[in-house]
Amino acid sequence: MSQPAPLPLVESLLDAPLPDSGIAWLDTARRENREAFASAGLPDTRVEAWKYTALRALAQRRFANGDGHAQTRKVDTASLALPGIDGPKLVFVNGVFRADLSVLDSLPAGLTLQPLSQALQGDVQPLRFALSRHYRETGDAFARINAANASDGVVLRIEANAKIDAPVQLIFVGAAAEAALAWHARNVIELGEGAELTLIEQHVATDDQTHLATLVSDIELREGARLQHTLLQNAAIGASLIRRSNLRLHARAQATLHVLELGGALVRHDLHAQLIGDEAQLDTRGVFMPHGRQHIDTQLAIRHQALNTRSSSKWRGVANDRARGVFRGAIVVAPGADGSDASLSNKNLLLSPSAEIDTKPELEIYADEVKAAHGATVGQLDERSLFYLRSRGIPQAEARALLTAAFCRAVLDDLPNEALREHLSTLLVAHLPT
Amino acid sequence: MLKIENLHARVEGREILKGLSLTVNAGEVHAIMGPNGAGKSTLGNVLSGREGYEVTAGTVTYNGIDLLALEPEARAAAGVFLAFQYPVEIPGVNNTYFLRAAFNAQRKVRGEKELDSMHFLKLVREKLKVMQISDELLHRAVNEGFSGGEKKRNEIFQMAVLEPQLAILDETDSGLDIDALKQVAQGVNALRSPERAFLMITHYQRLLDYVVPDFVHVLADGRIVESGDKSLALKLEEHGYVGIGEGAAA
Repeated sequence: MSQPAPLPLVESLLDAPLPDSGIAWLDTARRENREAFASAGLPDTRVEAWKYTALRALAQRRFANGDGHAQTRKVDTASLALPGIDGPKLVFVNGVFRADLSVLDSLPAGLTLQPLSQALQGDVQPLRFALSRHYRETGDAFARINAANASDGVVLRIEANAKIDAPVQLIFVGAAAEAALAWHARNVIELGEGAELTLIEQHVATDDQTHLATLVSDIELREGARLQHTLLQNAAIGASLIRRSNLRLHARAQATLHVLELGGALVRHDLHAQLIGDEAQLDTRGVFMPHGRQHIDTQLAIRHQALNTRSSSKWRGVANDRARGVFRGAIVVAPGADGSDASLSNKNLLLSPSAEIDTKPELEIYADEVKAAHGATVGQLDERSLFYLRSRGIPQAEARALLTAAFCRAVLDDLPNEALREHLSTLLVAHLPT
Repeated sequence: MLKIENLHARVEGREILKGLSLTVNAGEVHAIMGPNGAGKSTLGNVLSGREGYEVTAGTVTYNGIDLLALEPEARAAAGVFLAFQYPVEIPGVNNTYFLRAAFNAQRKVRGEKELDSMHFLKLVREKLKVMQISDELLHRAVNEGFSGGEKKRNEIFQMAVLEPQLAILDETDSGLDIDALKQVAQGVNALRSPERAFLMITHYQRLLDYVVPDFVHVLADGRIVESGDKSLALKLEEHGYVGIGEGAAA
């Protein structure tokens, strides 16, 4: 890359003082990641992974670093509650842990749940692998800045064979501040051998704002661990949210993800999964629904690296108005990952002639006896179905909403938690154009 | 109730209906028969307001109003029902939910009280009994994975719940075995009433053995070329459409 131009975004992010942890390896990693960000800058659309997501407009903006008043921002706790769901809860406001909003008393046996800011005061060795990572690609700009600047986030650990019944909630709240802020969160999650967990991650907003948030999550599933992860993104309509999730599944581990992407102005999620142990299984289900001028980009990358691993991914996109959806689903079956089974489908619906969805399924197979299927479509609502509903008396707008909701729900239907499924469905319907 | 006068309609630039006239009064059952390509299904689609059918001349008056000026949903609310020749499968939309949405949307337009899900379910169960349909159908997605016979029965069931004034059955008998045909006919007969009219579009005479029409019309080349009572259908069965309406066309 050539010398980066002094973009306002880059300048303002580099203005932030590096957090000082007093932990030598961590401070080194932060400094080096910042240097990498400073020298490589932001990816442009010539970088394959950013081909459909231009950062030109974002690059011209400046953000204040972090929120000095995060502890006192008013947050309506009722707006954070999920109907029918109780249990441990970790709440962050503009990236800062809020003990008063969190529920951390009487944690079930085998569960460690604490903010990163506290975890760094204790035994930091278990965090070293995740937090000392270096990112090598130009496309990793936001992961670099996150590695440099994030000083809070989630540390969640489940002991071997512990089965946590109550779902654990992670809630990231964007709250209006005196200026547009950049805030960062770093999450490290590990399920021990045979451990089981239901995780609900939410991105919400108390009011409209135009913050930039970066989140990086490492999720490690040891042998035979099982994770049900629901990710509900309903950020402020003006917010920019750039996330990266790294999943590693050891032998016989099973992860199921349900993702609903509704909010945000510029939203990007890099969801990278590695099936590194034999018979590991991953199911991803997701819906993205940009409207107005929203831009929502999901980059799913799954690597099968062991014998008899299985992944299945079903994603649906619905774009309305002048919105844009981007989906890239890349599956690699690495040499030696014989007997793998990988399927991916992405179906999309354009509700307006000015909306756009770019979808790109990719499949690379270097192993033997592999079962693989992938496909993507972009289309409009079926006129025959629409007429059928209208001929029974259902008004056009309602008929369109009904069909659109059904199109999306098809991939969320296998979410086992009924209360959560209902909630997602309600949100989805509320989000439909009327 | 329904008065069609000199109706001309085109599909994809081709004229299909060429001056069709027909009057249907409340309580009557009319059968429209005719060879393939005569315009039978076009008539059903034009009456229910499907897109792509262009009316170039003529009028359709329904209970004194211009039916052709109404959107499909408004026609439904006014009491017009089309049983589809090919009912559409709608994955992800529950049959009961769909039917209640339709039922309440129609009532809303008519200024009637909407039914909550409990009361609606009660109503639906009564209709199921009359139609002799198992309530398993309620829990499935609209027509998804239904057999041909189940789809047609679902159409009749929807008709029973929505209680239209004018029911248009578009080749509801096609593709049914004799048992399914009898069930569909029994459903239709159960709905016959002095306030309700039926327009049965069919290619074959056999449905008319079970649902006996008051009038039979022969549609050929976009016009009704002959009308009579049920004996006309028997005549068609014996001699086919050849020679029918010769010299009778207006």
